[in-house]
Amino acid sequence: MTKSDIIDALPYDEPFLFVDEIQEINADGVVGTYLFKEDATFYKGHFKDLPVTPGVLLTECCAQIGVVCLGMQLLGETANFTSKGMQIGMSSTHMEFLLPVKPNEKVTVSSEKVYFRFNKLKCKVKMHNSAGGLVCKGEISGMFKTNANA
Amino acid sequence: MNKETKYNKLKDIIKVYLPEDVSVDAITQDSNFISELNINSANLVDIILDVEDEFDIMLENADMDKMQTVKDALAIIDAKLESK
Repeated sequence: MTKSDIIDALPYDEPFLFVDEIQEINADGVVGTYLFKEDATFYKGHFKDLPVTPGVLLTECCAQIGVVCLGMQLLGETANFTSKGMQIGMSSTHMEFLLPVKPNEKVTVSSEKVYFRFNKLKCKVKMHNSAGGLVCKGEISGMFKTNANA
Repeated sequence: MNKETKYNKLKDIIKVYLPEDVSVDAITQDSNFISELNINSANLVDIILDVEDEFDIMLENADMDKMQTVKDALAIIDAKLESK
């Protein structure tokens, strides 16, 4: 699968797609970006007069780029893989948050595979802002269920 | 390594992944990992990875499918240790 094939095949859509671009991807890791658009509805409530991107969405962005895109790359290397009917589930997260992300900030997520066994992918993820500051880091795991190896 | 030692080593691995509402005493040879011990498939993968490290063996996808109960896991460990 090419980088754009992976993005097209992601099982997400607006308003819950948090991947704009995959910059690098191989069997060991992935680097991708996302711009948190200022008109996103959650900024109206988080917080009332001080829009800041919720930590759960930073985690989600790390998971979509770092675990789901990487998992599709890894599964795409196996025979008979089809993204059609693929199901995914986040199984664990352990994150630390160091800097806030304001509306209209572009973030870069880099993820390193810890292991991919029995359709469970565990990754070490990091998110940086455009100034190079470390926004959050942690470990996320997800399970993949596909038609090819259900 | 005798049967008792293997069983105790396996129980030590399993107990780390038991949900809070399942006690260590609930583990028996016949316990089903998912339906009785309430271990989810993601944690079952972790149990397999810990078993691989503890017994220095390597499991395949087919082994995971066969691993329904504690007894199944012990049989797989035995088979892998024998073929080493």
